[in-house]
Amino acid sequence: MTDTTMTATAVEKPRNKWWDVWAQFRTHKGAVAGLAFLVFITLFVTVGPVLWDVDPGKLNIRNKDVRPIYMVIFDGDAKVSWGNPMGTDNLGRDIMANIMAGGRVSLAVGWTAMILAVFIGTLIGVFAGYFKRLDGLLMRFTDLVLALPLLPLLLVMMLLFRDPLRATFGPENGIFILIVTGIGITSWMQTARIVRGDVMALKEREFVLAARSIGTPARRMITRHLLPNVMSPIMVSATLGLATAIITESALSFLGLGFPSDFPTWGKILFDSVDRMTAFPERVIWPGLAISLTVLAVNYIGDGLRDALDPRIRGH
Amino acid sequence: MKLKTALLGAVATVSLAPAAFADAHEGERGRDGQLNIIYWQAPSILNPYLSGGTKDLESASLVIEPLGRYDSTGAMVPYLVDEIPTVANGGVSEDLTSITWKLTEGLLWSDGTPLTSADVVFTAEYCMDPEGGCAQLSKFEGVESVEAIDELTVKVTFGAPQPNPYGPFMGGQSPIIQAAQFAECMGAKAPECTDANFGPIGTGPFVVTDFRTNDVIQLVANENYRDPNKPAFATVTFKGGGDATAAGRSVLETGEFDYAWNLQLAPDVIASMAEAGVGTPVSAFGTLVERLEMNLTDPSPSLEEGVRSTAAAPHPFLSDEAVRRALSMAIDRDLLVEVGYGQAGRPTCNLVPGPEVYASTENTGCLVQDIEGAKALLEGAGWVDSNGDGIREKDGVELRILYQTSTNAVRQDFQALIKEWWGEIGVETELRNIDASVFFGGDPGSPDTFQRFYADVEMYANNFDGTDPQAYLSAYTCDKAPKPESQWQGENINRFCDPAYDALVAELGATADQAERSRIAIELNDMLTKDTMTIVPLVDRGRVSAHANTLGGVVLNTWDSELWNAADWYRIGDNR
Repeated sequence: MTDTTMTATAVEKPRNKWWDVWAQFRTHKGAVAGLAFLVFITLFVTVGPVLWDVDPGKLNIRNKDVRPIYMVIFDGDAKVSWGNPMGTDNLGRDIMANIMAGGRVSLAVGWTAMILAVFIGTLIGVFAGYFKRLDGLLMRFTDLVLALPLLPLLLVMMLLFRDPLRATFGPENGIFILIVTGIGITSWMQTARIVRGDVMALKEREFVLAARSIGTPARRMITRHLLPNVMSPIMVSATLGLATAIITESALSFLGLGFPSDFPTWGKILFDSVDRMTAFPERVIWPGLAISLTVLAVNYIGDGLRDALDPRIRGH
Repeated sequence: MKLKTALLGAVATVSLAPAAFADAHEGERGRDGQLNIIYWQAPSILNPYLSGGTKDLESASLVIEPLGRYDSTGAMVPYLVDEIPTVANGGVSEDLTSITWKLTEGLLWSDGTPLTSADVVFTAEYCMDPEGGCAQLSKFEGVESVEAIDELTVKVTFGAPQPNPYGPFMGGQSPIIQAAQFAECMGAKAPECTDANFGPIGTGPFVVTDFRTNDVIQLVANENYRDPNKPAFATVTFKGGGDATAAGRSVLETGEFDYAWNLQLAPDVIASMAEAGVGTPVSAFGTLVERLEMNLTDPSPSLEEGVRSTAAAPHPFLSDEAVRRALSMAIDRDLLVEVGYGQAGRPTCNLVPGPEVYASTENTGCLVQDIEGAKALLEGAGWVDSNGDGIREKDGVELRILYQTSTNAVRQDFQALIKEWWGEIGVETELRNIDASVFFGGDPGSPDTFQRFYADVEMYANNFDGTDPQAYLSAYTCDKAPKPESQWQGENINRFCDPAYDALVAELGATADQAERSRIAIELNDMLTKDTMTIVPLVDRGRVSAHANTLGGVVLNTWDSELWNAADWYRIGDNR
């Protein structure tokens, strides 16, 4: 008798909420595959250059136009070399090293711009939703920014701020800051709108009323009660924001704007390879695939996270 | 008249096989419908006097014409006159101080009014207006007066004997504009006359109906063109913008366009495009030289506007000749040609690579790469790497170079190669590429134009039309440096200034003897290149353009506008 009672009490032990989230996340096959790919590509661009120690900018003109190693299967006479498993470009730069170096920039731009956008979006969304007096002002400001086209804005920013930023932070960091800021300040609006809506709904709930009745100040109210409850839409919009930022950076580089020409990013490698697309398809396929798969993976993760973070779905 | 036509036909048959073929394609004006031309640098203005850009000059050449042009061999051809004036026919005075042009009778502007000597006189006044900052002012070098003798006769008088009096009104850079249309646009008001600058009334084969800046121009055949059977095309769409690859593809692979200008693409790329069999690449060597321009003034952003990149602030290290020379020695020009141009280029050390009489054959010292020599030269001049960061410095000034050019795959390959070589001799290079329409746009408000030169080194190609380099070489005199007061117009991009050079240019302008002229021109060329390394030539480029296989009459001309004979173009076959 006593034994059974003892067991029952052991089962009652409360489970960590994040463990539940993970359990739910695991059931979404696409999300798991996406996560696995994101981990892989992140390791590829961060740990990869340590293992594959080739300078991406090193020219070796006598060793140009090497095809990827798998071309041997289709064409025995193809010029291949184990020294350059993905081949080299028309100036003899190693393509694998370039994709690693380019990926690091593209992912860094993506993550930083996303964090910036989510931060601004959440801040404005919470303030607009919680303080009635700020609502009209902040939301009209959001509408205004929504109406700004990104590419012309970035061109103007490039013209105005390139020289001062270059002088202060050096050419690469200066452009990095410019592009990240540009993408960040033009993609926070969706997050702000979603967060505002959720905060307004939450504000009318009983637990908020209860908290207010014991005299919780606004600062505490937001950090303790509101933010944890709007976490799931924020995380979903963060994953979508990461994808958008990577694509925007690629588009800018593809247009020949953005980073200097000797500074590889995925978009830039694509841009440089378009001329010889028919003769050397691998030079556009690899960076193109990297961009598409990363964005797809991140979208799937966002999808899985939405399901996992929603207690109503998780309950079943 | 009949005899004359017959004679002209005979001359054409003898001189040019394609032109002879053209004779079989006579017919009424506008019989061949639509012509599509693509220039991957978009024209931003149709007034050559306000722009130095080739794309603007060439698009304008469909509409406005000079008195005479240069043909594909460099010989002069009369356009709005009956014959080119020479000393032999009495058009040029014995003492070489004046030239008298006689306009052909009965020529009309496209609005139906007659072309008179007043228009020619006005054109000269327009460009020579002291407040104007005319982009082609070097064409009017030494002109004292331009006066109308009668309705059809114009006399140009020079201040001193002018052995080459064909500067004004010859070639695509100096066309005649209509006095009535531009009367209100003199001097500082020139850039404000948008309607006139975007749609000049001309005597050429086509008339502008719609001009969209940096995009597309629509033209129709000129009803008042002097030859009633020309042009063969009724309408022209002149598309600008995009890049050389897309332009090449649209002519050579898809056939959307009939003519693509200046396909500056890697040789293997052009060859693979041409395999589609829709179009044909054509090439010719002229005077086009891809070069590095060294900025002799300080482009540092810490300087205030008006001082930055002007003679008021000399460059911290490029004003040292040893540095410029070392930068040139580090470059392997053979490899650049192999990577970028193949058969369409050859390494050169000369600013004036041709015609033969003017080429400096002795100047071959730069053709061999000499990294060790460059290092030794920098050591000798006191540029050493004392703090061990791989970059040489002297008196706290580090050799860090900002190297800009237009966005173009071949130019970016050149940048990558040159950056590596300069790295080997201890010079750090930062690369920048700027959209070609902006870089060559000449917009005084943009900081990114090649004239503004807010960088240490820049790379582009330039050439001169005609066969005489006098105007080209005289562009490097002190007073032609772009500066804020001249709306950043001017061709002395380096801000080179040497009284000895100016004196020699003046001497060239006063010498008639061909041997003597050659000697002076070669000396001027050497002063800019091997003696001072102000200009570092890289590659003598042949021009490669492409036309559709159905487009006939194209004669690629490196001595004038490529569209110089667009009036003679026609459609081959019935597939229109």
